[in-house]
This record gives sequence, C-alpha cells and structure tokens, in this order.
Amino acid sequence: MTNFLIKGGRVVDPANNLDGVKDILVEKGKICAVSDRIEKDGVRVISAEGKLVLPGLIDMHVHLREPGREDEETIETGTRAAARGGFTSVACMPNTDPPADNAGVVKFILSQAELTGCVRVYPVGSISKGLRGEELSDIGELFEAGVVGISDDGEPVSDSNLMRRALEYASMFHLTVISHCEEKALSSEGIINEGYVSTVLGLAGIPAAAEEVMVARDIILAEMTGASLHIAHVSTSGSVELIRRAKSKGINLSAETAPHYFTLTDEEVRSFDTNLRVNPPLRTVRDLEAIIEGLKDGTIDAIATDHAPHSVVEKEQEFALAPPGMIGLETAFSLVMSELVDKGVLSLEQAVAKMTVNPAKILGLDAGRLNEGADADITIVDPDKGYTVDAERFASKSKNSPFIGREVRGMVETVIVAGQPVLENGKFVLEKK
Amino acid sequence: MNWKRKDLLGLEELKKEEIEFVLDTADSFREISTRAIRKVPALRGRTIVLFFLEASTRTRVSFELAAKRLSADLVNISSSTSSMLKGETLKDTIRNITAMEVDLVIVRHGMAGAPHWLAREIEPGVVNAGDGCHEHPTQALLDMLTIREKKKKLEGLRVAIVGDISHSRVARSNIWGLTKVGASVVVAGPPTFIPPCIEKMGVTVKYRVEEALEGADVVMALRIQRERQGKNLIPSLREYRKIFGISRERLRLSKPDALVMHPGPINRGIELDPDVADGPQSVILDQVTSGVAVRMAVMYLLCGVGKEAISRQLSAVSKKQKAESL
Repeated sequence: MTNFLIKGGRVVDPANNLDGVKDILVEKGKICAVSDRIEKDGVRVISAEGKLVLPGLIDMHVHLREPGREDEETIETGTRAAARGGFTSVACMPNTDPPADNAGVVKFILSQAELTGCVRVYPVGSISKGLRGEELSDIGELFEAGVVGISDDGEPVSDSNLMRRALEYASMFHLTVISHCEEKALSSEGIINEGYVSTVLGLAGIPAAAEEVMVARDIILAEMTGASLHIAHVSTSGSVELIRRAKSKGINLSAETAPHYFTLTDEEVRSFDTNLRVNPPLRTVRDLEAIIEGLKDGTIDAIATDHAPHSVVEKEQEFALAPPGMIGLETAFSLVMSELVDKGVLSLEQAVAKMTVNPAKILGLDAGRLNEGADADITIVDPDKGYTVDAERFASKSKNSPFIGREVRGMVETVIVAGQPVLENGKFVLEKK
Repeated sequence: MNWKRKDLLGLEELKKEEIEFVLDTADSFREISTRAIRKVPALRGRTIVLFFLEASTRTRVSFELAAKRLSADLVNISSSTSSMLKGETLKDTIRNITAMEVDLVIVRHGMAGAPHWLAREIEPGVVNAGDGCHEHPTQALLDMLTIREKKKKLEGLRVAIVGDISHSRVARSNIWGLTKVGASVVVAGPPTFIPPCIEKMGVTVKYRVEEALEGADVVMALRIQRERQGKNLIPSLREYRKIFGISRERLRLSKPDALVMHPGPINRGIELDPDVADGPQSVILDQVTSGVAVRMAVMYLLCGVGKEAISRQLSAVSKKQKAESL
C-alpha cells in the first residue's frame, strides 16, 4: 500500500464544512492529515492544482445485474463504470436473478465485489421474498450478511401492511427502507408520463399520481412506525411537495432523485428513442423545476443514478417493448456540474453533499468525508474540462444512455479507494481492488 | 410543389401544402379505379412490401389494390406468416426484407413509434398504416379527401369526432390534418375517453354529444373497442350507446347536409345506429373508395417517380376543375 500526498487542490468536504486549497496526506489507506500545507519526503505527490478534491462519491442506487444478467453488466464492469464516474461506493439493488432476498446472494455479491470490483459495493437486500411483495425476506439474516438497506426496487410494495411491517421490523436493525413508489393500479400499462406528450404519441400514460399516491402512503406509514424511510427516484412535483411537508412535520424520511429527472422531460420522448424509456418516466418541465427546487431547499437529500444497464438487443425494439432504465454512473457528476452547479442551482458544496455525506448518512455508512483517520476514498476532478459524452468511452457493459453526444463539464481524473488509486488521469491503474 | 419526404409517418409533421398536394394527387388517381382496365404502369418494376403486424382487412386490401393498380410488385408479410414467430426481432426481419431491394414498406404495428424507428433503420421509404394509438395518416387523408369531395372544401368546416379519442390513431391523424387545413374540430366522449391536454392539439372538448353535434358539417364516429369494456373506461356498451351513440334524432342537431363518417369496422347499434350508418348522409363507403386513391397517391409520391408527371397531371386536373366550375 503506497502512501501519497495530494497537493494544492481545492478540497470540498461538506461533512466538515471545508472548502479551500489544502493538501491531503494518505498513509496506509487512511487519511492521515488535511492541512493548508503538508511537506513530506519520500511519498508520492499527486498534484491537484486547479482541481477539485472531493470525498469519494457515493451512489446509493445502482443495478449491477450480477448475478443473472451478466450480459448487461457485472460487478466488475459496473464498478469500473462507477470509478469512471468518480464513485468510490455504490449501493446495489436486490433485483438480480436470483434476487438478493437471502444471505447467500448477498455474500456472493460481496465476494464478487472483493474479487472483481474496483470500488466499494454495498448490497441492498430485498424487502420481500422473491421481490413478490407477499412475505418479508429474512431481514435479520440479510442484515448480518451485510446489507445496508432493504428495498424491492423495480417493484413497489403494493401491500400496505407488508410495508408497515417491513418498516417496523427493519427499524430494529436501523436499516433504512428504500421505497420504489408506484401504485400499479394507476401506472397500469403505462409507458411514458401521462400528459400532452402521451396524448400526442398515443402511448399509454403513467400519471404523476401513480408515484404520489404511494409516496403519501409511505409517509403516513413512516410517521406511524417512526422507522427510517427513503423515497427512491423522486420524479414529480407532487412528490417533492409531499416530502417537503413530511419533513417539516419532523417525519423520519429522506429522498433521492436521479440526474435524468433534472435534465430531461417527456418532450424528448417524441423521438421514440428507447434510451429515454425509464421508470418512473421522464416528466414535464413543471416537475423538472420542482425537482430542482427540492434539491435546492434540501427536500431531496441525495442524487443517485438508478444506473440500469440494458443490452442493445433489448433496447433496439419497439418503444413499448424496450425495458425501462438508463445507465448513469459515468455521466452523473458531469451533469450535476453542468446543470446544477454551473447554473447556480446548488453550490458546489451542496452538490457534493448530495453525492457523498448525505447518502452515507441515509445508509449508515462510515464514508463520504475527508476526516483524519477516515478511509482514503477520494475523487479528484478537473472542473473546467469540458467533453462530449461518448459511448465508446463507457466502462459499463451497456450503452443505454440518452446523454450520448451531450456537451458537459467536469471530468473525473483520479479516483482513490481505500488509499489505492483506481483511476489516474482518466485511466484505470488498478484492475482489481 | 416537389414531394421531398422519404416516409409518411404521420400528419403531425406534414405542412398544409403537403397535405393538399397528396389530396390533389389522389384526386388525379381516382379515375383509374373507374376504368374498364383498372391499371396504369406508373410503378412498374417497383417493389412494395406490406408488413402488417396487426389485424386489418380494409386498410390492407386498400393498400394492396392501390399497389396493383399502379402495377407495382407486391409482397405481403403478416406476423402469423413471418419468422418473427421464430423469435426474430422486428429489426432483423425488416433489414432482411430490405436487403432484397425493395422500394417502399407499408407498416402496420400495434405499438406507437414502430414505423418511425423502422424509417430510421432502413433506406426504403416507410408508410405508417397505423401504429398503436398514435397515427394513421392515410386514413385521415382519405377522410379529408372524402369530405373535400362532398363539401368542395375543408377550410371552415366544423367536424365532430365522437368516441374513444384516447385510443384512436384515426382521431389523432384527423385532428392534425383537419386543423392544419383550417377546419375546426370538436371531440366528444366521456372524460375517460378524452386524453389529457388534448386541447393543446387545437380541438374543443365536449362531454355532451349533443353539444358536439350542434352545427356540425361532418360527424365522425369512432369504433368502440369491445375489449375496452371491463377496464372501467365505460360502465357498459349499453350505457355508452345511450349517452353517446349517434342516432337519427341526435344527428338532427347537425347541419341538414352533415356527412356521417366512420373509419370501420362499425359496431352497429353501439356508436352508430344502423339507420344512420346506412342513411342518406352516410359516406362510409365513399371513404373506402377514397382510400384506394389516397394510397395510390402516397405510394406514387414516396416511390419518388415521375414528379414531373405528377405536376403535369395536376395541372390537367385543375384545368378540368376550373372548366367544371365555370
């Protein structure tokens, strides 16, 4: 394990209210010192002048597809995509095949991550057995195996009593319940957001109410149980309003949104590009503005990608047949910089918090900060470097991004996980952790 | 004008002039179907593929006759006879077909956007013969041709479209087409059949059929699909008929010479009473006749042949029309 000194970068560490030019000394995988000027002989120096030095980013919502759909993504390729996007930790959703509804699958994911992954992988276990929404998974066993939360993501928990019991039961392990809010009776056979665009295209609509009805239900259950609830991929104006009101009442909940909900609207779907099919669907400008407002005032705590790889074969179909989802790990940070920080929506510190310390707090991870003594997970970014999103450059096994060809700013250059450089100057230097 | 499009995917993207050009071209083709020998060599040596992945009688036969009357070579593919049954994807099927050098592909598909995607993927022209609930441009064109023939104009007419607007590609294409040429369109049906924000397409919405029919020059009834029953969009066909069915009595609210139209197939006694469907104001079979002419025009234009010939014919037609009007 090498020791090194990161010199002259602008260190932004929201957990410690730190924003300034500092040097960081890393020894034995830990952050040894953060200070105005550190001189030390015999250590490797990484110059970070003009760069941003951030706590390694945390994506609390990804799909790594292993086990089951290794043709779309593996833990190896998914974590490489994460590293390329500046993420040093990812929380992966349990809707694999077989699903992470038992300790065996969770242990498999952790061991694959150990063997093939290049960033930290935190499995999320399922709420219900087989993600069927009928019976609770062995949540205690999942907890012991190392899950950081539970979710049936991809499917909602339609049975309100099951959701209530999940919240209550998980609270004894201090596990956050991550809810995919979708009232299936309302989303029905919907393909895109219900509104003018669905009317023109003749595609069945998913009304905003399909999400909001369940957000409201879960808020009520969170209040009743006092358990820790997290609302995944918030996409509508009404959800933002419900969450804002719940927070002001002191209910224990948090929320995330994904970059596509603050950059794209259903108008884009007019092209019938299947990479724009996602669940929840892209909404209207009004919703997009409300999401931005929610990010600004703190209603939305975290930015997660909902990285959902799908093969070309599956996406090259009729729009209604193409599975919903888009990849996001490799574009998220640049989109946050270009669309939120550059446009003055969020300060750099706020933006970084939503991708580091906030998700860490929600999942109870000891990560996302640059304290002395903390694990050295560090991301170095060139904030001024603009580039065009290029599918050829993706480390992900899948290419289903609607952002291909988009001009963005903020290039991830160096990523350090547990004191080991994984990416340096945009190139992989460590194949395996 | 010159026709510059490779494909005909919908009326949303067509300009008023283009719509009128297709209608004028169709007018010039009408007469061929009335000859003793109903065939001209216009598309001899051209290959047209009919790729129908959804049930159809009228539209399919109409395209088929149109192609034959223009002497094109015709290939018919349907989902039940294609290797898509063996699991071949739509993309592979269509690329294989086009590798055999074809000029035009006519696609009907149950899902919105499928023809648009194919049009991007393949070199030959693509005609949308109905994609899900999205568009059915040739149907709207033939409706407009029929109206124009009977009313001698489209601009300023009041057209009422009654039924399940939400699931109707015919309604969408007609709304785009009719509003572009200056007709005013009223749509009517229960709120469960009216899709959100449809006013933005330039129409007026009425929930009482009587209000929609009042003063209408054209009454277009849409097929109520029986499979919609049981999805709680309407309580029953019986109740639909009672509240929205076009009866002789209700039709009296429209102008005395109002046209009654239906894209077919009709549920007699549900959306249209039989005596209205077969009554003197009904032009339902004229629509079918117009269909062949419209599809001949579309194939002719998209196969990219004889643009000069078109303008020659058109000038002859307009001379003839002028002579008639004098």
